[in-house]
Amino acid sequence: MTMKRQLKEKLIEWFFLLNGILVILILGGIFILLLKNALPAFREVSLKDFVISPIWNPDAYDKPTYGLLPMLVSSLMVTVGALIVAIPLGIGTAAYMSDVARPRVREIVKPLVEILAGIPSVVVGFLGIVLVGPFITHLTGARNGLNALNGSILLAVMALPTIISLSEDALASVPRAYEEASLALGANKWQTVVRVKIPAAASGILAACMLGMGRAIGETMTVLMATGNAAAFPNSFLGPVKTMTSTIAIELGEVAYYTTHFYMLFAVGLILFIITFIINVISDIVFHKHTRAQL
Amino acid sequence: MRSVIKLGMAVAGVGLLATAASADMLQVKGSDTIINLVQKEAEVYMQQNAGAKISVTGGGSGTGIAALINKKCAIANSSRAINAKEVESATSSGVAPSRIVIAIDGLSVVVNGSNPLNKLTMDQIGKIFRGEIQNWSEVGGSNMPINLYGRQSNSGTYGFFREMVLKGEYSSKMNTMNGNSQIVEAVKADPSGIGYIGVGYAKNASGVTILDVAMGQNGSYKSPLDKAAVEAGQYPIARPLYQYVNGTPTGAIKDFLSFELSEQGQRIVEEEGFYPISAEYKEANAKFGL
Repeated sequence: MTMKRQLKEKLIEWFFLLNGILVILILGGIFILLLKNALPAFREVSLKDFVISPIWNPDAYDKPTYGLLPMLVSSLMVTVGALIVAIPLGIGTAAYMSDVARPRVREIVKPLVEILAGIPSVVVGFLGIVLVGPFITHLTGARNGLNALNGSILLAVMALPTIISLSEDALASVPRAYEEASLALGANKWQTVVRVKIPAAASGILAACMLGMGRAIGETMTVLMATGNAAAFPNSFLGPVKTMTSTIAIELGEVAYYTTHFYMLFAVGLILFIITFIINVISDIVFHKHTRAQL
Repeated sequence: MRSVIKLGMAVAGVGLLATAASADMLQVKGSDTIINLVQKEAEVYMQQNAGAKISVTGGGSGTGIAALINKKCAIANSSRAINAKEVESATSSGVAPSRIVIAIDGLSVVVNGSNPLNKLTMDQIGKIFRGEIQNWSEVGGSNMPINLYGRQSNSGTYGFFREMVLKGEYSSKMNTMNGNSQIVEAVKADPSGIGYIGVGYAKNASGVTILDVAMGQNGSYKSPLDKAAVEAGQYPIARPLYQYVNGTPTGAIKDFLSFELSEQGQRIVEEEGFYPISAEYKEANAKFGL
């Protein structure tokens, strides 16, 4: 009997181990695939040109150029813009949900936030075209609403659920004793939340924001639809930008296979992979610091 | 990264669908400029031929031609001629693309309805889209910077316009839009905008002005809506719209192509805002038994 149970235990153990290994294999496989398809690009284009060339125009009339920089800056612009909008909103909502809202309200708001995460990106992009774009032109007098600001706002909406629910978890895991001590010392509710709870949950909140950032920088459809996609070096939030993700999505469909352009798109994908990987690793480290600090 | 996986999954999914459906369904893929036209042709054709199944999808001329080469579709819609690189890659995968002309398009240049301008020369349009002319006052408009709206690089219209009008590089400040309708919407909303679209889209668009275009300064300005001018080749940016097939068309493919070129098919071409093909193209099509 015990033998049988032990065997069962072992089998389950192996099953989970196998799952874990599989995920690592997939991740490693994607990295190797990207690397293998990206490296041939640099046989014809030097790494230096890739980094400093001011324009990405693989389909040029005269001579193709492969410049990463305008896309990289575009991607970072919309991502940072999104975080500027999403972080205060997200932390505010999280604090409201964990400390202010009555349980009944909280029960309603929390699932709603999670539903927000489930909206397909193409729908968000559509809203960018028909709603946010015209609103931006109306508000700022910009001549076209498809620009970096539009992308930032949409990405903020998409990053919000991640930031809210993880920040809320972090706030909720702050020991109750902290709150009680603060209130006992005469601090009011606002002071307790802002000066005690949020600092105590800071690393968890930071991890939430990093994950939100990872979500934003890798998003494709939404930015493709809402940012105008001009190849020029971006110069303002009210001008069009073309991000790394949109470039890959637009061009991979028509590129001739195994050409420099094809390999170059993989090189861009590799850069994107490395960026999101670093962001995720950092947020993971920060997050673990947070959970350890709690114990 | 997440998006790369997503894209990969989408591509794989589309591939699976294509192979699953290709058994009895005629796959037509490519140009977004003629997708509406071919869809309409397919609809009428399927009404008349019970049992015929045709699926028409877009994605751009380059996408269609790539699909034909990869044997993922039977007919590739294209608003530009196949280029040397594509011919080379077709040959190496054993595909011999045959070109059939199904309609004529007067590529239309549009500006916002509030713009007093109503005509430009080819040279001026080229300079505007190359970014050499950046203010409307330089071409007789009001003092306003010009905002460019064009297509993305997988569009045949993007390629054709560059070859025919720009003969050089697009300004890197040009907004690249997803399709004809998006350009119409953008130009409609932007008083300083200018864009190029297929005449089929221009005809029904409100809030934009379709410019008359002249070859040179002393040439006569013609509208893409002027049927006689387009058919006589007097409108400078008229272009044939193509379908590419592998080899000489036979069976269901030939049947559908013949329908498109028939009197009824060409009437649909006109209803969709394009122009029927001239005798010269009819002769070229006859080489493939059509």
